[in-house]
Parts: sequence; structure tokens; C-alpha cells
Amino acid sequence: MDHSIIAKDLTKRFGDFTAVDAISFQVKRGEIFGFLGANGAGKTTAIKMLIGLSIPTDGEIEVAGLDMKGNREQVKRRIGYMSQKFSLYEDLSIRQNIRFYGGIYGLSPKNIKEKIREIIHRLDLKEYAKRVVADLPLGWKQRLAFAVASMHDPQIIFLDEPTGGVDPKTRRQFWEMIYAAADRGVTILVTTHYMDEAEYCDRVSIMVGGRIDALGTPRELKKQFDSTSMDEVFLKLVRG
Amino acid sequence: MKSYLAFVKKEFYHILRDTRTLYILFGMPIVLVLIFGYTVTNEFRDASIAILDQSKDVLSQELSEKLTASGHFRLVAQLDQPGELEPTFRAGRAKLIIVIPPDFEQDFYRHKAGSIQLIADATEPNYGATLINYAQQMIQRFQMEKSGARELPYQVEVEIRMFYNPQLEGAYNFIPGVVALILMLISAMMTSLTIAREKETGTMDLLLVSPLPPLVIILGKVSPYVFLSFINALVVFAMGYFIFGVPMLGSLGLLLLLCILYLLVALSLGLLISTRSSTQQTAMMVSMFVLLLPTMLLSGFLFPIPSMPTLLQFIARIVPARYFIDIQRAIMLKGAGWEAVWYPTTIMSIMVVVLLLAAWRNFKVRYR
Repeated sequence: MDHSIIAKDLTKRFGDFTAVDAISFQVKRGEIFGFLGANGAGKTTAIKMLIGLSIPTDGEIEVAGLDMKGNREQVKRRIGYMSQKFSLYEDLSIRQNIRFYGGIYGLSPKNIKEKIREIIHRLDLKEYAKRVVADLPLGWKQRLAFAVASMHDPQIIFLDEPTGGVDPKTRRQFWEMIYAAADRGVTILVTTHYMDEAEYCDRVSIMVGGRIDALGTPRELKKQFDSTSMDEVFLKLVRG
Repeated sequence: MKSYLAFVKKEFYHILRDTRTLYILFGMPIVLVLIFGYTVTNEFRDASIAILDQSKDVLSQELSEKLTASGHFRLVAQLDQPGELEPTFRAGRAKLIIVIPPDFEQDFYRHKAGSIQLIADATEPNYGATLINYAQQMIQRFQMEKSGARELPYQVEVEIRMFYNPQLEGAYNFIPGVVALILMLISAMMTSLTIAREKETGTMDLLLVSPLPPLVIILGKVSPYVFLSFINALVVFAMGYFIFGVPMLGSLGLLLLLCILYLLVALSLGLLISTRSSTQQTAMMVSMFVLLLPTMLLSGFLFPIPSMPTLLQFIARIVPARYFIDIQRAIMLKGAGWEAVWYPTTIMSIMVVVLLLAAWRNFKVRYR
């Protein structure tokens, strides 16, 4: 089986506090993997280790076929990341933002030009292209951020609560982009606290207190916990 | 290299988009130089004085005329009795009062010991002291003129020459000070602010996730401000030279070289501050306390270091601006070369290394 992400006994300690406690999981290529957990359950710390922003205290990570140890710069070229906070430059225009990210990922000027045209066309942003990003409605900003995070054709895209504060309709549009990427073979790891979104994922893991307490397809989990919705599964787990 | 250029380009977009910052960047140095240029001066004109002449003889009249004829003093009141002294000060009518005792002329010629009292309003201590100094000089000169005809048994003649700044031009002092201040503010404060902004908006995470090496991120952030600060330094030097006549006796090349060294100190400081602050506001506050105040007050720019209390003198040793001001004075005003600037240069080089190491350590602790 072809795996995009393999985490084995991944642990992060800050002094006496264990934020992530020996978690192990695997994500298949092209899979949409939901990474759930209450605030403070260790989600963000785990993601930071997976994208190379934080060094694990213990355990092993393999991302995009590379061991994170010693290959961090290589790994970074193969992954995309979109954070919880909206992460484009508000005071730059859409074009300038795209050009910048293309530039730091080392895309050729010709390639960048194509990407600009493609993204603007795909997101229907023509009338906004020269405006600064701050002028865009939030939903569009997030779709743009996703497009930018995937413009260097990464094998895996990490999404840290990408749809926070967005209305349901825009969230659907956003998920259509996620599905389209997954169809192209891109692996998606997404954190969310909207339980309806958990239903959209191929498989879901739920973290409680630094450990993964449940892992499976939404259907399996509902069966396992004798629930009708992911919401119920989550509540049962969190309340112990 | 290509990604570095993309980074620098983006940084310039930020700067150019934000016209307000742009005005501050280039307006502040010019305004500062002009303000300092036309306000910081020891000269005065038409200072209000009053005279309490209890003697009213020929000699006291002559002295009064001599004082007011200079154009520096303007006589606003002739007082009649000592009781009027304080009310005059309190009403703010005069800044200096000259009290001539009774029998001034008699004492002067007969006993060779005339005495005069100078009373100044010291609510503005510097101004008061300046007026006293000046009045004292004029009275001494007056005394010499009057007694010159008569022989004095002994006389020490004091001749004064002010080396390197014969006219005591304020600009000779404030141009080096302003350059040090501006460079510190722009490079350090702007760098710390712009890095803090990336953290605040969350874009820093994106940069760190990208394959850009941290060194490129830092260089990319910093180099536009090096460039702008350097241009600013040139503008201020040029204003000093052309508008205020500050000389450039030494090597301009050496000065600019050391100017870049000072810029590096400022940038390293800015980096260090930015690794310690997660919001622009903290960065701003820290910059104010760590950079602005010491650079203004402890660098020898506004107040001479030798006259500070020992503790402050000690603190002043770690204020980078102090060394750069020394360097500028040595090169611009004295025409000195390496032999005079090696010491401050060494200190600043050590500062760069220490600050960069500290910043790098913080950076690693935060993200790794």
C-alpha cells in the first residue's frame, strides 16, 4: 500500500507536559484524512511536527516517501500548508501574492504566469485580480489561500481548520476544491471542529489528551460508538 | 537566489503599498534634521533682562548700556528695590536680573573691588546657565576695558580656542546624533515590526513551511531596510554638509563603511527584538524602550556621557549609537582615520556577533 504519511510513536513533550503522546497512524495516497480533537488535544502540535516546524521528542515521521529526519527541506518542497489564520498578505494584490509564493517555491516565471491565469480563471476572480486581498470576501480568501497552497503541485496538503468562521455554503464550495485535489491524487490532512465536515472525510482520527482514541471511516466510528452522527461520537469520546 | 529576489520584491511591495510608512521612512529624517538644526542651538537673542541699579552712577549706567547694546539682551524693566526681584521673575517678565549695589563706582575705583549680583530664572536650567555665562563674560570684558587704562598688578589673560568646532555650531553635534538615531530607528524598529507582522498575521508559518532556508527569510526581510536606511544616512549626511556646513574632513568611504557596520548592529538588534515579540505592538514598545530612549539619552548625543552618574555611564557602554557617534565625530570633524576608530569599530563588530548569535538561538528555540 502506498502511504503518504506514516507517523510512528510520535511524541512531543514540553518539559513535564506531554502534548502528543506516542501517536501512530498512516494516511494513504489521495486520501482525505480528518484530524479531529478538542482544543488543546494536541492537534496543532502534531501537525507542526508533520510539516517540519517542530522537532518530535520521540518517534518517526515519513512524509511523501521521505524520512523527516535529515530530509526536512526536501519534504517541504513536497507539501502545502494552509493555516488556521488566514495566510495570504492582505496588503498585496492577488497577483502579487501568487507571484510571491510561486517565487519562494522556485517556480519558473512562465509557470507562475500560467498559474496566475489558471487560478484567477478557476476561482472567477477576474475583477479582483488587481485589488488587494483585503478587499475579498472571507470565503474567497480561503479558496484563494487553498489554491496558493497547492500551486507548487504538492503531494500532500495540510489544512489547519481551513473553514473557520465561514458560512455553510462557502464551506461546501471549499470542500469541492478539496475533493477535486484528492481526485488528482493529492493527499489531504485536514483539521476541523465542524462535525459535519468530519463526515466528508475518508477516514477520521480523534485525539483526546494527546492520544488518538479513535481512528476509522466515519461509518465505522459511528458503529463502534453506537452513534447516529460524528457529533455524537465526538462527544462520547471527549466526555469519556 | 531566485527565491531571495522574490522575497525582496514582495517586501518592497509591502513598503510601497503602505504610503504612510513611506512618508515616515523618508520624511522623519528630514524633519528631524530640520528641527534639530534650527532649535538645538546655544545662541540666543533679545533675552529679557531687568536691572536693579542701586548705585545710579556713571559707571553703572555705562555697564547697563554695554549689556543692552550687544543685541543679546533686551532691558525690559528698571527695578527700584530688591522687593521687586521675585515678582519680576514670577510674572515671567525677565529671565535674568542684574543687581548693581550702591556705591558701585566708588568701590570699583577706590577699593578695586566692585561687586555685582547676577540672578537667573533657573526653571529652564540650560537657558539660565547660558545667560549667566554670557553676562559674566560681558562684565569681565567691561571690567578690563575700564581698568585697562589703570595698571593692574597681575593679570592672567585667558585665551580660548574651540578646536574642531570654532563657532560651536550645534549642527556639528546633532548631525552625527541624528544619523545614529535614524539608522537605529529605521533599521531596528522596522525590521522588528515587519517580522512581528508576519507572525501576527500567520504568514510566518507559511514562510517556515516553505523550502526557504531560515537564513533567506531573514536576509529577505532585512535587506530592503538596509537599503532604505543607507539611503537615509546619505540624505542626512548631505543635508548636514550642504545646509548646515558640517565638514567632512576624513574619508567618506571609511565613514560609509562603518555606517554599514552600524546598520548591521541595528538590524541584529531588530531581529533579536522580533524573536522575542509575537505582535507588532510588543515589538513597537520594546523598540521604544530598548532603542529610542537609550539612543537619544545615553549616546552622548543630547547629554555628555562624562557628566552622567557612574551607573548610567556603565549602561551607556552598551549603547551602540554612542560608538557610531564617536566614529562620525572622529572622521567628519577631526579628519581622523583608522587609528582613531579601531576601538569603537571593534566593539560594534563584537556587538553584531553577540546579537546575531542570541537572535539565532531564540529563533531555533521558538521553531524547532
